[in-house]
Amino acid sequence: MADSSVTSPAFPGASGHAGHDAGKRDFLKLVTAAGAAIGVGAIAWPLIDSMNPSADVLALSSVEVDLTPVVEGQGITVVWRGKPIFVRHRTPAEIKEAQDVKMSDLIEPQPDSARVKAGHDQWIVLIGICTHLGCIPLGNKPTDPRGEWGGWFCPCHGSQYDTSGRVRHGPAPLNLNVPPYAFMSDTRVKIG
Amino acid sequence: MAGLHKSEFTNPVIRWVDTRMPVFTMMQKEYGSFPTPRNFNYFWNFGALAMVNLMIMIITGIFLAMNYAPNTAMAFDSVQRIMRDVNYGWLLRYVHQNGASMFFIVVYIHIFRGLYYGSYKYPRELLWMIGVVLLILMMATAFMGYVLPWGQMSYWGATVITNLFSAFPIVGDPIVTWLWGGFSVDNPTLNRFFSLHYLLPFVLVGVTFLHVVALHITGSNNPLGIDVKSPQDTLPFHPYYTIKDSVGICVYLMVFAALVFFAPNFLGDPNNFIPANPLQTPADIVPEWYFLPFYAILRSVPNKLGGVCMMFGSLLVLFVLPWLDTSKVRSARFRPLYRPFIFVLVVSVVILGMVGAHRPEGIWVVLGRVCTAYYFLHFLVLLPIIGKFERPLPLPESISKPVLGGGGGPLPAGAAAKPMEKA
Repeated sequence: MADSSVTSPAFPGASGHAGHDAGKRDFLKLVTAAGAAIGVGAIAWPLIDSMNPSADVLALSSVEVDLTPVVEGQGITVVWRGKPIFVRHRTPAEIKEAQDVKMSDLIEPQPDSARVKAGHDQWIVLIGICTHLGCIPLGNKPTDPRGEWGGWFCPCHGSQYDTSGRVRHGPAPLNLNVPPYAFMSDTRVKIG
Repeated sequence: MAGLHKSEFTNPVIRWVDTRMPVFTMMQKEYGSFPTPRNFNYFWNFGALAMVNLMIMIITGIFLAMNYAPNTAMAFDSVQRIMRDVNYGWLLRYVHQNGASMFFIVVYIHIFRGLYYGSYKYPRELLWMIGVVLLILMMATAFMGYVLPWGQMSYWGATVITNLFSAFPIVGDPIVTWLWGGFSVDNPTLNRFFSLHYLLPFVLVGVTFLHVVALHITGSNNPLGIDVKSPQDTLPFHPYYTIKDSVGICVYLMVFAALVFFAPNFLGDPNNFIPANPLQTPADIVPEWYFLPFYAILRSVPNKLGGVCMMFGSLLVLFVLPWLDTSKVRSARFRPLYRPFIFVLVVSVVILGMVGAHRPEGIWVVLGRVCTAYYFLHFLVLLPIIGKFERPLPLPESISKPVLGGGGGPLPAGAAAKPMEKA
């Protein structure tokens, strides 16, 4: 096998033309490689992007919930983007408990006021997915175990959340997420 | 260092891998320094183009399959969703759909190249036969892929093609029922077609590998059809033919892009925009353009079993082509008697294609029968006879002689490196 075709496969036998030509050749190689990289990227992007949420999936990205039937102390679960959303009507005792907690007692310190909409303290809206490994915590139904802090209890690994959905006992590292939502009226909320 | 491959690579990482698994040495041998006849024309691009096309089909197909639902209730709508809602879904589908047409254009030219330059003759008979297997697999894959969008043409194409097997006495009907998984083309049929349409391209990859293995044993044929006699007759595959193939790929992609972006439905059938309806056959039912000549052969024979046998026979005859052609001279360039007939064959296949696109009435019936007759006459009668009577033109002494002139002349750099080549 010709040595030159191994060391310089692009130009076998051209190893003698070093110096002046080598610069040109490097330039050509770089331009070619750059052109190829742009081409590959341009081809790859439509393939990759086709795996992102499609228009019909994005079109389902908000739901409206009627709150009238949810009585005090009760919680409901609605589906938004394929995820469970906890909507809970808190009792005055639960609201007070959530507001009176010392920040230093919390794993991820956050006041209750930052997790509800002003003037709608009785409503807490959460993404019902444990921040540990994605299970759905129990506690939205009054008959469920709610853990020591009266909020939610995750059956997978024992994480516990308070009445504001803040994590009080690990292994979950973070509070339950609050989805983007807005009150359209006192009894109607739009999630997403 | 017993047990390690002796690698010529100097890069330590490549060398470490190569001594343990000599894939770099293999690639260098088969695609780097591989000695290739120096006189290729652009017809020799089409093998590489077919390979590129197969890759494009597999990649777009994998992404389409992520959004396709192989169920009669959902298939048509899921394809519409791909076209409207999936990001770049329209691009994936149009590339895949027109890619099938491009694939047949490329492969038909590749086959013509083989016929014209006698690439099927000794010692490349097996290479050719593997190629015919590839063609048949490709046709099966294309047919099943066309069924998946579940439009009217999909449905009735599937019905007609699967019913071909009903022509065979006794076993025919049980075979058709087995193919359908029921008593008509329905959900089980669609499910298995999707499964097989996903499987067969990978079978194509495997058989293509064998095609290349066989090719790299015999080496490529060339436009003169004479054997490589000395290293002066060859060039290393890289960079000479990697560059030449790249030029071809650019032109091919331009044609492909023109189809996809400016006339994506030019080769399609409007009936396939109508969801499948098992209770109504479209008024003008035609297969995709690449099946038209075979469809015309089927219709030209006024007998069910006869037509089916002729149609399958038109493909199967290619298997024995190396033994039907009795001439030892490969390239049609040196075969004055054979050369006009290969063009007559091309014309008759094109006319058969036109016949397939028209209703079997009037002149089209006559043309179909004449061209079908010529197709078989060409292979079964003319090829054996011409080889016996033809006086071939004198063949050049070597590939390099017409290129380099009488004395051989100063050698280009690539050829100068050749004497060190073992091959």
